[in-house]
Amino acid sequence: MTMNVEARAYKQADYKSDVKPIWCPGCGDYHVLMSFTRAFAQLGLPPEEVVVVSGIGCSSRIPAYTNCYGFHGVHGRSLAIAAGLKVTRPDLTVVVASGDGDGYSIGGNHFLHACRRNVDMTYVVMDNHIYGMTKGQPSPTTEPEFDTALSPGGTKVRPFHPLVVALASGANFIARCFSGDPNQTADVLAEAIKHPGFSFVEILSPCVTFRPDERAWKEQVHPAPVAETSDQGKAARRLMTDDGFNIGILYRGTRAPYQPAAGKADIDLSELEKDFEL
Amino acid sequence: MSKSPVAPKVGNLNDLLAVAYQIEIDAVERYRLLADQMEIHNNPELVKIFRDLARAEGIHGEEIRRLAGDFDVVAHAREMAKFAKGESPEEADLSTAHYLMTPWHALQLSLAGEERALAYFTSIVETAKDAKVKELAGELMEEEAEHVNLVHRLLRKYPEPSKTWADDLDPPQSLE
Repeated sequence: MTMNVEARAYKQADYKSDVKPIWCPGCGDYHVLMSFTRAFAQLGLPPEEVVVVSGIGCSSRIPAYTNCYGFHGVHGRSLAIAAGLKVTRPDLTVVVASGDGDGYSIGGNHFLHACRRNVDMTYVVMDNHIYGMTKGQPSPTTEPEFDTALSPGGTKVRPFHPLVVALASGANFIARCFSGDPNQTADVLAEAIKHPGFSFVEILSPCVTFRPDERAWKEQVHPAPVAETSDQGKAARRLMTDDGFNIGILYRGTRAPYQPAAGKADIDLSELEKDFEL
Repeated sequence: MSKSPVAPKVGNLNDLLAVAYQIEIDAVERYRLLADQMEIHNNPELVKIFRDLARAEGIHGEEIRRLAGDFDVVAHAREMAKFAKGESPEEADLSTAHYLMTPWHALQLSLAGEERALAYFTSIVETAKDAKVKELAGELMEEEAEHVNLVHRLLRKYPEPSKTWADDLDPPQSLE
């Protein structure tokens, strides 16, 4: 029997839930949410085949605002949850949402090993250089001189360079976006989702409440002056000399993603439990 | 990043209808989003203004759809009416929103959108080779000019607030 099934065209609205975001007005994360739904619609992904996993923080509220499957996980542990899900259900599209505190500090170790493992998923970090939800503590990407009552005189600590770390750890796709350009961000996200392996997309997303100075980012960002590369050496040099505002796909690797062979465990769980009986 | 939109190519009347429709729909989406933000942050005056603006843009979108007759302008818009880099002319800039913003600020956002739309349709009138495209773009341009005048009239009712409009006696930076 031949079935005539037409592929359904999805609209952005198909990926939005009825929950209204509670981010501060002006927050870059509104645009990021828009970019998520645009990218999903662009790729025509059925919402029930997409999972958005997150940790803790303002950015991590995003799964509730989508109509896809979602998992609002433990602080810094979103990648572990997502990796487990993806290797078990490789048929699903897994997108992980995090922030600079959740992703680079509490979840820093998971970040390294997720890049190294290269499971086929997309990791989006909404970087605002601050812990917004907990009222403005410095994060791993905060500038050393950022001076507030919570960090008098600044931390004087060199900021983390997530893109360089991602490259050195084995990420297979590296890009930087600016939340204020949701169409371009959606295009990059779509490319990241399509690319096999671990795709890392850092999105500069201003915190207008605790970092009002970041409103100036829209004047500072600029397209990366050179085309993307698949050469790790070239990418390393470029990323090391990067001014932090180069926007676009910066590295697209060719490593095969990690996916364990499907199959049943060769041991019965009840047998295993016996070994742990007290 | 790129505030001057790289606009979709308008080759015929259907393209123009699709782009005009999409511009209105993009505006509806943004105004609804802003209304929701103001609702969450308990700024009811702004909720009403943004909902009214969304309704008005939605009516314009429906008018364009009616004008398109049997032609599926929605599907065509989805296919080709993409402002590839930057924003659709009437999309309000979300990054300028503030939880204490006033009607004056809302109208400034609206004015900027209407002016961008006016500039966009004016550029089509000036460059279109197809007479029908030129004619419809001219009508759309006149409509946008009317909207610009309307917002200016509304701004007389809502003068610019004092410089302390963003002062909050119970600010979110309570640890500072």
